[in-house]
Amino acid sequence: MTDYGSLATEPLFGLPLPTLWFALVFAILGTFLFLDGFDFGAGALFATREDESERETILAAIGPFWDGNEVWLVVFGGALFAAFPAAYANLFSRNYLLLFGVLAALILRGLAPEMYEQRHDAAWQRWWGRSFVAGSVLAPFLLGVFTANWLTGSDALLSPVGVAVGLALVALTVVSGAAFLRLKVSGPLRAAVRRPGERAVVAYLVLVVLSLGLLSLSTPRLAATVVTPPVLALVAVSVGLGVGYVAALRTGRDLLALVASGLLTYGLVAVVALLLFPLIDPGADLSVAEAIVAPLALNIMSVASALLLPLVVTYFVVLYSAFGGPVQPTESY
Amino acid sequence: MVDPVIASRVQFALTTIVHIIFPVMSMGLAPFLVYFTWKEVRGGEAVYEQLRRFWTKIFAVSFVVGTVTGIVLEFEFGTNFAAFSTFAGELFGGPLATEGMMAFMLEATFLGIFVFGRERVSDRLYFVSSLAVAAGTWLSAVWILIANSWMQLPRGYELVERGGQTVVHLTDPLAAYLNPRFMFMYVHMQNAAVESVALFMAGVAAYHIFKHYVWGYSVQEVDFWEKTLKIAIVALLITAPLQVLHGDMYARHVHETQPQKFAAMEAVWETDSYVPEYLVAFPTSLDDITNPRAKELFGLGIPGGASWLASGGDPQATIRGLNDFETEAPPVAIVFWSFRAMVGLGFWFILLAFWGGYRWWRGELLEDDLLHKALMGSSLLGILAVELGWVVTEVGRQPWVVQGVLKTADGVSPGLTGTEATITLAGFVLAYASLLALYSYVVARIIRAGPPGAEELRTFVTEADEPTAGAPGDD
Repeated sequence: MTDYGSLATEPLFGLPLPTLWFALVFAILGTFLFLDGFDFGAGALFATREDESERETILAAIGPFWDGNEVWLVVFGGALFAAFPAAYANLFSRNYLLLFGVLAALILRGLAPEMYEQRHDAAWQRWWGRSFVAGSVLAPFLLGVFTANWLTGSDALLSPVGVAVGLALVALTVVSGAAFLRLKVSGPLRAAVRRPGERAVVAYLVLVVLSLGLLSLSTPRLAATVVTPPVLALVAVSVGLGVGYVAALRTGRDLLALVASGLLTYGLVAVVALLLFPLIDPGADLSVAEAIVAPLALNIMSVASALLLPLVVTYFVVLYSAFGGPVQPTESY
Repeated sequence: MVDPVIASRVQFALTTIVHIIFPVMSMGLAPFLVYFTWKEVRGGEAVYEQLRRFWTKIFAVSFVVGTVTGIVLEFEFGTNFAAFSTFAGELFGGPLATEGMMAFMLEATFLGIFVFGRERVSDRLYFVSSLAVAAGTWLSAVWILIANSWMQLPRGYELVERGGQTVVHLTDPLAAYLNPRFMFMYVHMQNAAVESVALFMAGVAAYHIFKHYVWGYSVQEVDFWEKTLKIAIVALLITAPLQVLHGDMYARHVHETQPQKFAAMEAVWETDSYVPEYLVAFPTSLDDITNPRAKELFGLGIPGGASWLASGGDPQATIRGLNDFETEAPPVAIVFWSFRAMVGLGFWFILLAFWGGYRWWRGELLEDDLLHKALMGSSLLGILAVELGWVVTEVGRQPWVVQGVLKTADGVSPGLTGTEATITLAGFVLAYASLLALYSYVVARIIRAGPPGAEELRTFVTEADEPTAGAPGDD
């Protein structure tokens, strides 16, 4: 048998790997919520448009991206499984029906654009249009409920705090979806998505404050952690980003607005991470230190991720630059 | 309410049985698409652009359905098999995470360019995208099979106590991940995917050719289908014999490393030498006819055949019977019959390949109606053979989820209730049946619509300001 020396007993280079992996898991979740978030948001905004060519344009706008964006959820699941197997097993089995709801929503959303373009009769497109909207709204909503359950340790299907976090997440996807669509479309559609985006950002901020209030009422641990300087600072920054987002939309700086919505998303995920730490699964009373895998497996995964994640970022840069700028009139899903 | 253990097993089986269809389609199509794209960007005949565009449509649909059904699988380890995930996560989670980062990401991003970006990127980047997509699909299988091969042949670990539970502790990653089983599975699976897609292509092409020449409909692009059929036959001539040769080596490896599974494949109950290879076998009592674990078999077989196969040439070799294992036997009839059906299909595909090759060589490829009927009838049999092979692999190792270490029933989430499991199982049956119906419907529509016509191609070529390619089918 090979002797792996200190690789098998100590974290690589003495790095605080458990904490880094905790942060990485949430960074991956944030990337998913931002990237696929604007796809979800585009799906919600799809519901507000009646015009056939506008609907087709929305589908064409997310066409090349959504599948790659959704893979961040797969990587989130994989990273959680690899680094914190016990937390993955506990969380996922406890929120059994909820996660199958998320999966069903993702199936509806994923199939819909592909199916929508297969046939051009009204009934077929009405059905798949609805499926697209329902999947795009339900997926972030149920992920929000899951996040609330993660924080409180509950396994309720629906609870006031779950609904609040779920709606906050839906609002956030509309915020980034509006900014994304403004970059990808032109004409009346571009003008029309500004107002829903602005309303969504206000709704989001209200819902975040409401969620934090409800969370602090739910468990004593959360009551203590919600009112801490880092969390309050992030909320203040979010309000600032919200103002900046509206200003950017009104002055036509859509890329800036998209960046602001991205920062809002990472900010939200950071709040969730702060509320959990040093635990990773309050429901099973598991701390990061208890749930982390043994050093050898962790070291291998750390090296693999350090090599692969920069490559993954490169793929996304190539993809997004190949499809930079607005959707062309000849392009469809 | 269904028992949560049974519901979880059925649900997972259903998820994998449906899911595997789509990776087979994408992994099998990938090398063809790389070839078509290469010919297209190198200024080959217009038929390659038609081939690329037509089969990319089917690839894209398969990929989307593969993505949505694949995420379900990854989640089910946590939702339904939490005890297994906690137990084996240290060793099992890594390959899954790596699959996501290394393979799935590569595939999903470059697929965006490959499907939507022909007009947006250079020929070079477009070809690179086809390569990246293909590499992504094939790398995906690497990591999934590394994880699966460890469950078949666990190595490089020890069992330790953590948090009051016995869990797998990774001690030797090289032994665990460079598992001898992996290469057998990988070669067998990837070759099977290409073979299945070649059969599918041949069946679809034969359908259009038959429709044109026999039924007398005017099929627009009949040359395109002739080209498709020829490419499929070449692929079949390579993959079909390889699959059987390689399968024989794989079976010997199973005999060495998972004797209980091998005994189930051959329905050997008592340890014996000079064991016959049964071609068919039935319970002698009618009461046992529906019992997959029935013992009293009436069989017709080749004397010494199973011993000969197990040992690689010695008809006297001993095979350990199922009664000599401490754990209960897997459902023998399912494993026995799946194995036979798979092997039978494997030989049938070789026959088809040589039949098609012979007709082509004689210049009669378009004239043999019986061949076309056989190809049409066999278009989905490759996928069926893959399913049967996985049934042998996965049902054959029951009751174990990790061979000899953890039983499947002990891997199910302890907190899962019968109500929850029943709700999702019912939802699954409904959702996956609709998903399959929808997928078949869409693929059938794409097939009926056929490739883009020559008019469409020329428009594209002038727009992109490239030299005008010839009309399709001018070879």
